[in-house]
Amino acid sequence: MFAFIFRRFGLLIPTFIGITLLTFSLIHMIPGDPIEVMVGERNLDPVMHAQAMHRLGLDKPLYAQYFDYIGQLLNGNLGESIKTREPVLKEFLTLFPATLELALSAMLFAAFFGLLAGVIAAIRRGKATDHSVMGLALTGFSMPIFWWGLILIMVFSNYLHWTPVSGRVDLAFDIPPRTGFMLIDSWLIERADPANFSGAFIDALRHLILPTIVLGTIPLAVIARMTRSSMLEVLKEDYVRTARAKGLSPFKVIFVHTLRNALIPVLTVIGLQIGTLMGGAVLTETIFSWPGIGKWLIDAIGSRDYPVIQSGLLMVATLVIVVNFAVDILYGVVNPRIRHAK
Amino acid sequence: MNLLEINSLSVAFGSTEKPFHAVDGLDLTVRQGEIVGIVGESGSGKSVTMMAMMGLLDGQGRITAERLQFDGKDLLTLGARERRRIVGKDISMIFQDPMTALNPSFTVGYQIMEVLREHLGLKGSALRQRALELMEMVEIPAAASRLDAYPHQLSGGMSQRVAIAMAIACRPKLLIADEPTTALDVTIQAQIMDLLVSLQQSQNMSLILITHDLAVISEIAQRVAVMYAGQVVELSRVPDIFLSPAHPYTEALLASIPEHSKGARRLSTLPGIVPGHHDRPVGCLLSPRCPYVQDSCRTVRPELTTTSAGAVRCHFPLSGKEA
Repeated sequence: MFAFIFRRFGLLIPTFIGITLLTFSLIHMIPGDPIEVMVGERNLDPVMHAQAMHRLGLDKPLYAQYFDYIGQLLNGNLGESIKTREPVLKEFLTLFPATLELALSAMLFAAFFGLLAGVIAAIRRGKATDHSVMGLALTGFSMPIFWWGLILIMVFSNYLHWTPVSGRVDLAFDIPPRTGFMLIDSWLIERADPANFSGAFIDALRHLILPTIVLGTIPLAVIARMTRSSMLEVLKEDYVRTARAKGLSPFKVIFVHTLRNALIPVLTVIGLQIGTLMGGAVLTETIFSWPGIGKWLIDAIGSRDYPVIQSGLLMVATLVIVVNFAVDILYGVVNPRIRHAK
Repeated sequence: MNLLEINSLSVAFGSTEKPFHAVDGLDLTVRQGEIVGIVGESGSGKSVTMMAMMGLLDGQGRITAERLQFDGKDLLTLGARERRRIVGKDISMIFQDPMTALNPSFTVGYQIMEVLREHLGLKGSALRQRALELMEMVEIPAAASRLDAYPHQLSGGMSQRVAIAMAIACRPKLLIADEPTTALDVTIQAQIMDLLVSLQQSQNMSLILITHDLAVISEIAQRVAVMYAGQVVELSRVPDIFLSPAHPYTEALLASIPEHSKGARRLSTLPGIVPGHHDRPVGCLLSPRCPYVQDSCRTVRPELTTTSAGAVRCHFPLSGKEA
């Protein structure tokens, strides 16, 4: 097991070099520079522009800038934002809980309903239920996130007024950040100060519903399809017949004996969806004005804030890698055959 | 008194217009404490019969019967819930391949205790104690440490012992063993068979043994049902059936045992295969392959008729050792 973890860590080094190289070269390919965007092309004085670029070290050749960046990273410094002059790490840590809250909520939503839909489709195989569940899953998978988000806002926020349009909580509540998770913070403050903050938790929850659905739809569809095929595979196994020969109820046969084994490939897919989720978060946060990493990165690209884009993407990539790593370890928990393999 | 009574059981698969009868008018009785062997080549409906009785066909096969009675209960009219109270408790079954019959994600202890919890409502230390007892009954060495082992850590023989422990956990009245030793090494086969017989005697269960191995049947069974194409073609006592088979198919089966053809250069075989869905004969199902076939065999299907030794489904049963 230690050898396994060690090997996996060895693979991380080339992965990180690749990520930094890719993000660095891609953002420098975008025309324009931070000063130009900040001041505007028309008002730009060439002398001042050159001075500013020199001050930021952006006048050096690209390879020199890249090595400066890498040297900085090796010292544990993610750089600071050109726009706000704040350290990138500080901004990231302030905004990250919002993204994490949304991503976790979307993943829970996707995993719960995805597994449920997959199991139902598998036990009703070939029947109308199966076809409609799988048809819906295909539709969900093919849905462009931005369009789906706008439709939901139109129906549920605009016409029905069931959910708020954007943000994490109503502006009337000025909720002090404690954990960074709005659900937890609002709940804490509501308990501490019920007079001023009554209904804050429910309000935060209502704000979370639509973004969760929008972000969770694609992972839900993928999980549902994978669960269905994995369930169908396992249902054919001899040990499922054994379980039925024991006189167990269909519920126990499905949810104890079949699902446990069917989960193994589904777990891989859930791990892989984390990447999709981070990508989706960028769009979802923009649609719902959700103050998280996704919106932060989009804004940084707009203002050519190179340090923020580079290091922000690096953090997101690290996150995806770490989660996939955790999923690999989780296999061992679900599947004893892997746990005992040397 | 008969523990199990099956009268003209049929299991049909496929469309209702052109069904395929995997089991076709099967009759079988099993008495309390008796060992009944079922033999027949692959596809003769041995396993399907047992699965139908256990309710394991999962709505895929259409089951009809004049009578399907176990321990005074009519299995045909029993609801799913009531049937589940019998299955795994009073009737239990062990399968051919022990390596795939156990769930890889749960410890063997869990899988044995699950039955005890489900049917007997055992809990806590009594539950674990009984599981340990069962593992010792099936002669698993170091049972206490094996309780927390996963199936992939056990050999095939050990896994089959675990499967047997699960099957006898609630002291069943009837144990069905569906080719319990086919997937095992020859040395282990004998051990498992001895274990089954000793358990059958100590627990006074009835045992239905499905097998290809006629030698095993001749040693342990009291009666044998020979199946062909979904029907019982001969039902007789041991050793009568081995000494004077009444059905040509039984005779052919016995002739194909290697030990019976000492000196002969080639093993005796019955040409052809079991009729499938499309080539089912109108008359006797064996007629295309039968060495004694007559004209009437091809047009009229014989009924199972009682004889002095048991029953036979043939227009011209063999008498004595003429062949």
